Amino acid sequence: MKSYPITIKPFGERAILIEWPNQVEEAILANILDFYDAFKELKLPGWEMSVAYNSLTMVCNKEHLDFEQIKKVVLDCHAKLENIKIRRAQHLWQIPVCYDLEFGIDLEEVAKKLELSIEELILQHTSHQYVVYGIGFLPGFMYLGGLPQTLEIPRRAEPRLQVAKGSVGLAGKQTGIYPQDSPGGWNIIGNCPVNLFNPKLKEPCFIKVGDKIQFQQISKAEYDLHKIEGEVGIYKPEKTELNA
Amino acid sequence: MLKVLKSGFFTTIQDLGRFGYRDIGVPISGAMDTDSVKKANLLLENDPNAAVLEITMTGPTLQFDAPTAICLSGANISATLNNIPVENYQVVQVSSGDILSYGKLEAGLRGYLAVKGGFLTEKVLQSRSQYFPVTSKKRIKDGDGIPYEKAAYSPMISEVKIENHFLAKELEVFKGPEFDILSDTQLADIFSKPFTVSKENNRMAYQLKEVIPGHEVSMLTSGTLPGTVQFTPAGRLIILMKDGQTTGGYPRVLQLSEQAMDILAQKKMGDKLSFRLV
Repeated sequence: MKSYPITIKPFGERAILIEWPNQVEEAILANILDFYDAFKELKLPGWEMSVAYNSLTMVCNKEHLDFEQIKKVVLDCHAKLENIKIRRAQHLWQIPVCYDLEFGIDLEEVAKKLELSIEELILQHTSHQYVVYGIGFLPGFMYLGGLPQTLEIPRRAEPRLQVAKGSVGLAGKQTGIYPQDSPGGWNIIGNCPVNLFNPKLKEPCFIKVGDKIQFQQISKAEYDLHKIEGEVGIYKPEKTELNA
Repeated sequence: MLKVLKSGFFTTIQDLGRFGYRDIGVPISGAMDTDSVKKANLLLENDPNAAVLEITMTGPTLQFDAPTAICLSGANISATLNNIPVENYQVVQVSSGDILSYGKLEAGLRGYLAVKGGFLTEKVLQSRSQYFPVTSKKRIKDGDGIPYEKAAYSPMISEVKIENHFLAKELEVFKGPEFDILSDTQLADIFSKPFTVSKENNRMAYQLKEVIPGHEVSMLTSGTLPGTVQFTPAGRLIILMKDGQTTGGYPRVLQLSEQAMDILAQKKMGDKLSFRLV
């Protein structure tokens, strides 16, 4: 597999930061995930890692982190990646979104600003696949890459104090779903009935970094149905394996 | 059960936090002043991770329904047991029906109540620390019952060394990942001027009141930790705390030491502090 150069920095007493080239690119993300999997295989106790675009933050739960020692382990692990191929289960998820104006409270305004009809806007939003480049900010919040340029719109001048759970938004080069009620400044164009974060499950997030998602327009009736099915635990979005 | 007669301003159940879920955006949470919690648990010979109550500024009124031993630590909020003053860092025997209440905040901001064996609320993702929406409630409410086990305990350890960090004003910091973006003017401002805690301070973040010359650096969103000092384009410094977000898009110019986190956790609006690079 193609491997990219990395830099390793100390990050306080208990963490290190590994940075890949400063770009949003699937090949870089693949290299980060290869490293993530290879490091996990080393089974060193007490580490947790999180990916965000071109970086990996690694936090150690043990006292007295020896930076030079872990730096060597990281470099060794990274150097070996070129010679191996890691198979990961990655999925493309069909994520239903209801774009009715009742949910898409900024849809009319956004369409006007982008000089698109509402139908064109929805068509563009649903016809692309978005890569999950990281999960952070809020539990279950996905950083998605791959928004078409025609849908780029600045975030709202004044953030809202409360954006509803499931809201699907646009902001700059990003699109995303609010996994719970939260303050927020994104332009809201719809709502997704799927619960993206459930702390009662062993795996609270079913979508993983490196997966892709595609939005699928649904009616209000389908929205209500999926919402109820989700609450009783019988609904899960459709998925296809990416590298089968 | 510990019956919550009055919940106080902001009282939460905390242990040492939730480790292993940052890859799905879950903050570590846990007690803000770790040192104070570890010492109270040590005096009760509890596991260091035993759950305690974190009491912010104005204390609750609590009634015990079974005998046990307790230990208070952290901020001095003039606690009394059946109207008799209770000192911090002393193991105190309580009986069924006893009432613990709090008065004036004398020093610090966050007090802790540890009980023999720890509070036994439900663990979610391996921790009892309250953080919504991981736990269903974000803090305790009037009328709640907080489970603990009846215990008889005579203290073996009678004293711990207490470093009173309430008087400390200096925060020890390391260089953060984007430290190098700081200009000489910005560096001089950060390390020579005193800063004041603004009214925006809570378990997620502490914003500082003073503004220094800003910047136009934009970066890709990347990982953040408790103790990360974010530097906004407008020149504001925001220090992430235990419930802070796991990723952020502002340059991370400094990183607090763990001891500095304990010091900051006891600061309130208007308190002064300064940074010292190690």
